Amino acid sequence: MQDFFNIESQLSEDERAVRDSVRRFVDERVLPIIGACYVEGRFPRELVPDMAALGVFGANLPEEYGCAGLNNVAYGLIMQELERGDSGVRSFASVQGALAMYPIYAFGSEDQKRRYLPRMAAGEVIGCFGLTEPDFGSNPSGMITMARERPDGTWRLNGAKMWITNGSTAQIAIVWAKTNGNPDDASIRGFIVPTDSPGFKAKDQKGKLSLRASDTSELVFDHVELPADALLPMSGGLKSPLMCLTQARYGIAWGALGAAMACYEEALSYGQNRVMFGRPIAGFQIQQERLADMLTEIVKAQLVSLHLGRLKDAGTFTPQQVSLAKRNNVSIATDIARESRRLLGAVGILAEYASMRHMANLESVYTYEGTHDVHSLILGQAVTGLNAFQ
Amino acid sequence: MKIAVCIKRTPDSESRFKIAPSGTGIDETGLKFDIDDFASYAVEVALRLNEKEGAGETVVLAVGPDALQETLRKAMSMGAERAIQLKCDSQPFDGLAVAKALAAELAGGGYDLVLFGKHAFDSSAGIVGTATATLLGIPCVTAVSQLEIAGGRGTARRDLEGVSELVTFSLPAAVTIDEGIARPRYPSLKGIMGAKKKPLEIKPAHLGAIRVVVSSMALPPERPAGRIIGEGPGAVPELVRLLQTEAKVL
Repeated sequence: MQDFFNIESQLSEDERAVRDSVRRFVDERVLPIIGACYVEGRFPRELVPDMAALGVFGANLPEEYGCAGLNNVAYGLIMQELERGDSGVRSFASVQGALAMYPIYAFGSEDQKRRYLPRMAAGEVIGCFGLTEPDFGSNPSGMITMARERPDGTWRLNGAKMWITNGSTAQIAIVWAKTNGNPDDASIRGFIVPTDSPGFKAKDQKGKLSLRASDTSELVFDHVELPADALLPMSGGLKSPLMCLTQARYGIAWGALGAAMACYEEALSYGQNRVMFGRPIAGFQIQQERLADMLTEIVKAQLVSLHLGRLKDAGTFTPQQVSLAKRNNVSIATDIARESRRLLGAVGILAEYASMRHMANLESVYTYEGTHDVHSLILGQAVTGLNAFQ
Repeated sequence: MKIAVCIKRTPDSESRFKIAPSGTGIDETGLKFDIDDFASYAVEVALRLNEKEGAGETVVLAVGPDALQETLRKAMSMGAERAIQLKCDSQPFDGLAVAKALAAELAGGGYDLVLFGKHAFDSSAGIVGTATATLLGIPCVTAVSQLEIAGGRGTARRDLEGVSELVTFSLPAAVTIDEGIARPRYPSLKGIMGAKKKPLEIKPAHLGAIRVVVSSMALPPERPAGRIIGEGPGAVPELVRLLQTEAKVL
């Protein structure tokens, strides 16, 4: 993609090198197969070892745990490039890094970190994140999954989670549950639950028309017994899973930008080649206006993402800033994908082209990790001081 | 094995080029640079040879200004252990001058193998590899698409027009690398971070006299537009007439 605003000049050599490596991986390994995977409804698991070798899992976590130790702009660029390929592939990496590895890093004991993080970076242990329930999506504080502690420190877990990316693929699930019969969200703790535990069931959710190249599953915990060391000791209250979501949302803001870029490039290229009424359709005024709109939104989103990444690296960013970026970038990406699909005309409905796949995927990205509207309320509360959630 | 790989920094081969205002080179604004394609195959060959042996050192070298350091670090992020920049103000076009600078650095370095790309895609000269080998007094095998080393001897396959030949030689030797060897690896993210900690030495380039320079560069003339004579078999007589009388190829 032409670097219209010379954003390149704002990236360090490392950041550019990281982006270029992941871009090459996506071009060579993801793009050739992803249309077919999407149609089949299959996550390309065979890519996981090479994604791990590339170093994309938990890439912004420290080297001492086997991770790449990159800064947050580089992490964002990884997500951008992965989602330029497919939102489902990027979701796998987001869940593994920001929602499974990060909670262990942030709330786990040193023993848990050493036991899990290096193997997760290597793709040998896959994780998933169990927060959302069938009846509690936008309102996670209402969750009913419950863990009860015994005198000997072991736990019994009961409940269900839904819409869990990697749920059927994962070896461990980071499950958020209220504890000891207390319905208040202050009682929420996090647990590392091995998916082969008796009473743990994962079931693929069928019939998806979006994020088809991704494992989306429901989880059921039927008297699952957990040892004392399954608890993430530093976790406590709703704040803990929300911190994980902030990490993931940051990556998603960049990822959506990648999807937008892929659609824009596809539209531009097609428009320059498709001849109608004696000239390329990109030479007609209506299409040029559309391309100009797409380009403008992409540039704005790039600058939002880059600045947010620098704030995150400086340690001064806020979750509300991440909300602004996620909400904006996903919204513009859905518009760009749809307009690109339309510019492609008839071929735009084929899986051979990326735009409609991105368009469908982005509906999930719009809805998950805080729907667009939830982020509107987060921003509304941030600027007015007034809570409009209920 | 101690392997040296001499690389060149060239623009991305898929870029669209414009001539610079000076008229003696291309306009570099907005261009992406990387290791020259054939040179990156050479880096990959070196890395694989040492991986197969389970030991050894791959050293990358390049002649030119500081902008090269990013290119040398890219080779280190692929796995090369060390890099040497032979520093001068600009990358010389004169292949012999580059070869002299490289040979001065490589001589006495105890390298078993010195690898080059077959030619750089921007100059397409193909001089540096053979000239450096000559200055070092070591044998040179060019345009190698497959390379094996065993017991101090190398076996190289060269793919020519319609036939392949196998060449054997003893080490130390120089080899220029062609396509056919599997794709160069892209750096892992840890490799990229690790490259920053690997040694990159900067030394002056002893080029000697520069005797060949580019005096001017121009784009080729635009091809004239094609002409559609007609459609179907009825158009053939007219086409034949034009090929005889206008194009004069029949």
